[in-house]
Amino acid sequence: MKKYVYVRRRYWNEPTMGWWERAYLFEILRGLAITGGVFLRNMGKWVTGRKGALTSYYPEETRPDYAAANRGKHVLTQRPDGRPQCVACNMCATVCPAKVIEIEAAFDPGDPTHPKYPSRFEIDYSRCVFCGLCVEACPEDAIRMAKEVPDFPSPDRMNMWLGKEELLTWQPQCDVAKPYPPAGGAAR
Amino acid sequence: MIQDLVVYAVFIGYAIGVLMTFGLLLTWVERKQAAVMSDRIGANRAYLRIPFTQVKLVWWGLFHGIADGVKMLLKEDFKPRPYDWYAYMVAPWVVFTPVLLVFAVIPFGGTLDPGRLVPALTDWFGGRTYPMQIARLDAGLLIVFAFGGMTIIGAMLAGWSSSNKFALLGALRAGSQMISYELVMGLTVLGLVLIYGTVDLFDIVSQQSGRVGGLPAWGIVFQPFAATLFMAAAIAENKRIPFDLPEAESELISGYFTEYSAMKMGLFMFAEFIEIAIIAALFTTLFLGGPNLPYMGDAGFAFPGGYEIPMSHGAVVATQVLVFLGKVALLCSFQILIRWSLPRFRYDQVLKFAWKFMLPLALVNLVATVVWMWARHG
Repeated sequence: MKKYVYVRRRYWNEPTMGWWERAYLFEILRGLAITGGVFLRNMGKWVTGRKGALTSYYPEETRPDYAAANRGKHVLTQRPDGRPQCVACNMCATVCPAKVIEIEAAFDPGDPTHPKYPSRFEIDYSRCVFCGLCVEACPEDAIRMAKEVPDFPSPDRMNMWLGKEELLTWQPQCDVAKPYPPAGGAAR
Repeated sequence: MIQDLVVYAVFIGYAIGVLMTFGLLLTWVERKQAAVMSDRIGANRAYLRIPFTQVKLVWWGLFHGIADGVKMLLKEDFKPRPYDWYAYMVAPWVVFTPVLLVFAVIPFGGTLDPGRLVPALTDWFGGRTYPMQIARLDAGLLIVFAFGGMTIIGAMLAGWSSSNKFALLGALRAGSQMISYELVMGLTVLGLVLIYGTVDLFDIVSQQSGRVGGLPAWGIVFQPFAATLFMAAAIAENKRIPFDLPEAESELISGYFTEYSAMKMGLFMFAEFIEIAIIAALFTTLFLGGPNLPYMGDAGFAFPGGYEIPMSHGAVVATQVLVFLGKVALLCSFQILIRWSLPRFRYDQVLKFAWKFMLPLALVNLVATVVWMWARHG
């Protein structure tokens, strides 16, 4: 039986340590000085009444600097007459990985070009993962995501549903710059 | 006789109160200090609501410790089925009790003269004075090591009795690690024992009240090297990061107390936090002069150049107690700083560090001390 000799593999980027690093204590002291310095700096800020952290107290304090492309609260876009653009095709509900969208379709005989419309359109924000797949799946550009986040942390998850009315009437500032129908588009 | 009982009852009450308060507060301090060190805010949601009002007392998250305690008391006390009942039940107490007992020999103040403190009781006490220490034993330092060594038994019992492979592995690691570092700790302290010529902790503290060439005659001035080694070995004894191999979460779930839940697990955690305070108290006693301040004696401050601030006995006692608590609090904070700065060792590195690095250094330190003492005193 062949005797197995363990040979440690050498890599081209082996870490090289001098005696200073090998002594361990000095580098430890340097590390402690860094973390202790951060501690003292932040403590100094807290003690003098400033904020010594990068965190924001979320429900009480929301950040103003969300990115323009942030995926926040959903918006149902509207036709010029105020009815929803949505045709209740259920594609968003199908693609949704968290299965938070519930749509109930209805028939509108008064509108021969878009006879199918949602009578209920509800999103459960307690489960929504804000992945934006519903926006990508929509063939009608009927659902978008604004950069503002839905701001209702609550101890009761039943308070975290939004219905069709809220999604339609909620018109954030950033959506005004992107009006529907788009200028020069097919809807003109 | 009755007088002694009364005084020592007060001492014991004070010691237990201080240790429990430190244990509770350190859970909060650890969270908050870690948060501040890493640019975070830290736990700040638990609150006490004043009944019948909407006034919520948050107090920087100070009540998270109470929330933890309530949760641990109310949780299901899960027990593994095939386990050694007696050892399983006893283990948390075997860990917890010696940690408290160590404080019995640590002096937390100077000499107390209750007759001078309370004039109405002068006749009753009849000039008796008491060292502020629960038990002044000749074998003080040895008692510390004896009780410190007992926590190993608790950890081993816990790991053995819970019939869990991870717990057993954690217990084995705890055993080998704590025994190795116990040795290092003992050897580092031997140098001090040589210098002071006694293991009575009150004597050691009173010998540190003087000055040596402009510096306070604290142990850390004589033995700075031993102080560093002692701190490292003590943190290893306490099984905290960077030496938390017995409970390495990424490898062993929770180590030797994996199978403990509710308040039994709480006892292990609480013992760990109290041991932080105990290590700080021990380090203060041995290396930082205990309750001594430079230039302070039993009659007040006496600065060089004849400038004196006389103090009453009550003020001296209060200052000494507060100085001791302050030093302990600073050292606790320092230990938490270490815990949140350094990465964990590998297991072989931990034992190599003890036997091949710290033990030779401790021996070198001891030999140097012996040579120095011999050169000085012949």
